[in-house]
Amino acid sequence: MISVTGRELTTSQWLLRSLRLDGTLLVLIAVLLMLGLAVLFSASGESVEALQRQISRIALGVLALLVVARIPISTLRALSPWLFLAGLGLLFAVVLFGDVGKGARRWLDLGVIRFQPSEIMKLAMPLMVAWYLSLRNAPPRFLDLLVVSVLIVVPVLLIMRQPDLGTALLVGAAGLLVIFLAGLNWRWFLGLGLAIAAVIPLLWTQMHDYQRQRILTLLNPESDPLGAGYHIIQSKIAIGSGGLYGKGWLNGTQSQLQFLPERSTDFVFAVYAEEFGFLGVVLLMVLYFLIVGRGLWIAAMAQERFCRLIAGSISLTFAVYMVVNMGMVTGLLPVVGIPLPLISYGGTSLVTLMAGFGILMAVHSRQRLVNR
Amino acid sequence: MLIDRQDSYDEEGRDQRRFSVRVLVAMLILSLLLLALGVRLFTLQVGAHEHFTTLSENNRLRIEPMPPTRGLIFDRNGVLLAENRPAYQLEVTVEQAGDLDELLARLSGLVELSSLEIERFRASVRQRRPFQPVLLKANLDDETVARIAVARPELPGVEIEARPVRHYPLGEDFAHVVGYVGRINERDLLRLDARNYAGTSHTGKTGVERYYEDILHGTTGHRQVEVNAQGRVIRELSVNPPEPGQDLTLSIDVGLQRAARQALAPHDGAVVVIDPATGEVLALVSNPGFDPNPFVNGISHRAFAALQSNPHKPLFNRALSGQYPPGSTLKPVVALAGLEEGVTTAEHRMFATGYFQLPGHERRYRDWKRGGHGWVDLSRAIAVSADVYFYDLGHKLGIDRMAPMLGAFGIGSRVGIDATGERPGILPSREWKRSVQNLPWFPGETVITAIGQGYMLTTPLQLADVASTLANRGLRVQPRLLRALRDGSNGETVMQPVRHLAPVNAGDAHWDAIHEAMIESVHARHGTAWGSIGSNPPAGYRIAGKTGTAQVFSLAPDQEYDEAELDRLLWDHALFLAYAPAEDPEIAVAVLAEHGGSGGRVAAPIAREVIDFHLASRGRMAASGEAP
Repeated sequence: MISVTGRELTTSQWLLRSLRLDGTLLVLIAVLLMLGLAVLFSASGESVEALQRQISRIALGVLALLVVARIPISTLRALSPWLFLAGLGLLFAVVLFGDVGKGARRWLDLGVIRFQPSEIMKLAMPLMVAWYLSLRNAPPRFLDLLVVSVLIVVPVLLIMRQPDLGTALLVGAAGLLVIFLAGLNWRWFLGLGLAIAAVIPLLWTQMHDYQRQRILTLLNPESDPLGAGYHIIQSKIAIGSGGLYGKGWLNGTQSQLQFLPERSTDFVFAVYAEEFGFLGVVLLMVLYFLIVGRGLWIAAMAQERFCRLIAGSISLTFAVYMVVNMGMVTGLLPVVGIPLPLISYGGTSLVTLMAGFGILMAVHSRQRLVNR
Repeated sequence: MLIDRQDSYDEEGRDQRRFSVRVLVAMLILSLLLLALGVRLFTLQVGAHEHFTTLSENNRLRIEPMPPTRGLIFDRNGVLLAENRPAYQLEVTVEQAGDLDELLARLSGLVELSSLEIERFRASVRQRRPFQPVLLKANLDDETVARIAVARPELPGVEIEARPVRHYPLGEDFAHVVGYVGRINERDLLRLDARNYAGTSHTGKTGVERYYEDILHGTTGHRQVEVNAQGRVIRELSVNPPEPGQDLTLSIDVGLQRAARQALAPHDGAVVVIDPATGEVLALVSNPGFDPNPFVNGISHRAFAALQSNPHKPLFNRALSGQYPPGSTLKPVVALAGLEEGVTTAEHRMFATGYFQLPGHERRYRDWKRGGHGWVDLSRAIAVSADVYFYDLGHKLGIDRMAPMLGAFGIGSRVGIDATGERPGILPSREWKRSVQNLPWFPGETVITAIGQGYMLTTPLQLADVASTLANRGLRVQPRLLRALRDGSNGETVMQPVRHLAPVNAGDAHWDAIHEAMIESVHARHGTAWGSIGSNPPAGYRIAGKTGTAQVFSLAPDQEYDEAELDRLLWDHALFLAYAPAEDPEIAVAVLAEHGGSGGRVAAPIAREVIDFHLASRGRMAASGEAP
C-alpha cells in the first residue's frame, strides 16, 4: 500500500495513476485485443507467425498509448494545428511522390519506413477542429462552420483520391463529430443531410469504377457471385451458418477452408460470427459499446472544451469504425475497407487507434488532476 | 474580472451541459445502430441459419466420383490382351494455375508439348467442371516427371498424376478383335450413363472393348470430401468404393490368331476360325492390322491421316465389316438347295461346256474353265467348281427357292457376334431388288447368283459361319468372342453358354452328298484345292472345303481374265472355306485374300496352315505331318 494524499491506494491503482491511465478503459481494450488475437489465430489458419507479428504490433500500439497518455493536454493542444499542417503536407506529398500499393497511392516511403499519412489525419483532424472550435465561442456560428468545412473537406478529398474511401470516411466523420459535439445548431445538420443527398449524384460520377461496383454489388450481391459479390455472399454464409452458438473456435469451415476472403483483415468479423455465433456477436457489441460509453463518460466529465471535444470525437469515431465494419460485413453497407477496430490484422490502424486511446487517457488523468 | 470569470464558468457549465446532451443523443443513435445490427445478425444467424448452413456445407463438401478399374481382357489361355498400366500424366487445375498462356510457356521449357496437345487441353479446359484437373500430356517418361517435379513449386495448379492407362501388349495382331478405348467425346456422352461415367475418362470405341463396355467398365464409386476454397481436398468424410469391371476371357487363341495372320500376311484380307461345336471364334484376323495403343490417349492428326490414306486400309475390319462376293464358296449351299427342292439329285449328270445360255437368250455365261469340265455330277461339279452346272441349277431353282437356303445359312443378316462393326452383307431376292433398286428381278441375275456373283455380298465372318454350319450338318451355333467372365471382386468365373440359331433343315443323304463333295474338292486329283492341299495331304485327317474366286471386275464376254494384264486392284478375291477334320470337325475356317487371285492357289494354303497349326496344338497331327 502506498499512501498518496492521505488515501489508501492499491499497487495497481498507484501504477495506473503514475502511468496516467484509466483502468476501466484499459481492461476493456485488453479484453478486445485478446479476443482479437484468438480470432486472428483461427482466421490465419493457426499461424503462429501471424500471431507473433500482430503481438508486436500490439506492443507498438501499447507503446504509442503510453507515450501519448503522458503528453499534457496543453502540449497536445498547442501541437494540434502543426500536426494538422504536417499531415496535410504529407497528403500532398503522397499525391506527388507516393508509392503505389494494391492499385492505390496511399503510401509514403521515408526510406526507413513506409506509412500512410492518412492515418495521421485520423487524429490530426479531430485535434485541429477541436482546437479551432475551442478558441471560438460556443456554439459554432456560420463562419466557424465555413472554416471547419474547409478544414475537413480538403484532406478528405485528398484521401478519397488516393483512393481510400474507408479512411476518408473515418477522417471526415472525426471532423464532423467534433462539430456535432460542439453544439452546432440542429438545423445545420438538417441542411448538411440535404446537401449530402444533393451531392450523392455528383459523387457517383466522380467515383472510381471499383467504388461504384462495390455499391452496386451491395445492392445485389448475387448478380456477380464469383466476382464483386463473392466477398459479401461468402461473408453472409459464414455469419449465417454460425447460428446462435457458433461452430466453435477454430471450427469455422468458411474461414478455415478459405472460402472467406480477407478473413483476417476487413472481414474478420465474419470469422468471429461464424465461430462464436450470435451470442458471441452480442458479447462483442457489448464490449464495444462499453468502450465507447467509457470514452464518452471521460469526455463528459472533462472541464475544458477542447478535452471534451477531442475525447468525444475519438470515442464516437471508434463507434463509426465498428458500426461501418459490421454493417459492411453483414451486407448492410457497401464494402468500404474499414477494419474491425482492435481485432482486424494490420499495423497502422491499430497504432492510430491506440494513440487515440492515449489521448482519452490523457484527458482522463488531466481531469483527475483538476478534480484534486 | 470576477464577473468575467463567473461568466466564463457559466459559459463553461452551459457548454458542458450542451455537450452532455449531444453525448446522450450520440449514445442513443449508437444504440439504435447497434440494435439494427443486432436485428440483422439475428436474422442471418438465427432466422436464416439453416439456409446458410446448407450453403456453407455446399461450399465445403464435394462428392467425388471414384472411377472403377476397367476389366482386363485375356485370350482363351489366359494371355493378356488388354491391361491397365500405371502411367504418369501432367494435369492442370486451371483455378489454381493463374495465367494459362504463361503457364504453358513455362511448361513448354520442361516438357515437349505438341500443338495438338495444347489444342486438346484448351478444348477440355472449356468443358471442365470447376476445380477438375485437366489433362495436358499423357504418358510422361521418368525424366520428364523428374524435371517437372523439381520445378513444381513455381508451377501452381500443375500436378503429376499416376493413372491407369489402357494398354494392348499384343498390339497389331488383335486390334480388330479387342478394339480399343479412347477418350470420351460428345457422341459417347449421348449413349453413356453420365452418372456412372462421372469419373471415367475413357470408353470402348471399337471391337470387344466397345461391345462389352458395360461389363468392362464396372460401377463408379463415390467419396464425400471436404475441400477448401481452392478446391483442394482436405479430408475424406465417407467412401462408397467403386466396383471394378469384370475380366473377359475371349475365345480367341493368341497362337492361332498370330499363325493365321502370318499365313495371310502378304495379302490384305481376313481369316476367321470358329469352333463349330461351341461357336467360339478362335481367330479373327483382318490384315493389315494397326497398333491400337496410340488411339488410347488420342492419336495425332498426322498419324491418323496416314492410317486413313493407307491404300491397304489398316483401320478397316475386313473380317466383320468387309463385304465381298462369296464366289464359288457358296456352291455347296446352292447345291443343297437344289437337292432339297428336288431340282437335282446327287446322281444327276450333265455335260458342262464352256458356257451357259438362258433359253431364248444370246448372252453366254462363261465357265471359269475354257472348254468346260465335260460330264459332271453334283459332287464333281462342286469339286471342280463347274460354273455351268450351277448356272443351270440356279436357273432351274430360281431366285425364290435359292435365296431362302442362302438366308438359312445366314447370308444377308448379321450373325450377331459380340464385337462392333459387323455388317450384314446382301442376300439378293426379288423383294430386296424391288426395295433397293425398285426394279424387277431378271433371270440372268439368278444365274450369276448361283455362282456367288452379282448382288450377293458376304463377310468373312459369315463365310466362317457357313463353314461351321456345314460342319455341323445344319446345326447353327452363334459365333462369339466371349468365352468366360470373371468377376473382379470375388474371382468367380462364369463360362458363357452356347447359343444356337435356327438350324438349316436338310435330309441326311443331302448333307452326306455335300460333305463328300467338299472333301472331294480338296482331296480328289480334280479338286480345285488338290494342288495346294490334297497333293500334299496333312497326316491323320482330311479337310472338307470349297474354293472361291470372286470377280471384282467384270470382263466382257469375249475377254480372257489374265492377272498379268490387270491392275492388281482388279484381281479377283481369293476365298476358301473349310472344316476339319472332315469326319469330326473341330474347326471351321474362312479365308479371304483381297485381290489374291485364285482361291485354290492362294486362299486354300492359308486355311491349311491355320488348320494344321490348330490341330497340331491340340495334339491331333503327328509330328511328321509336314512330310511331303
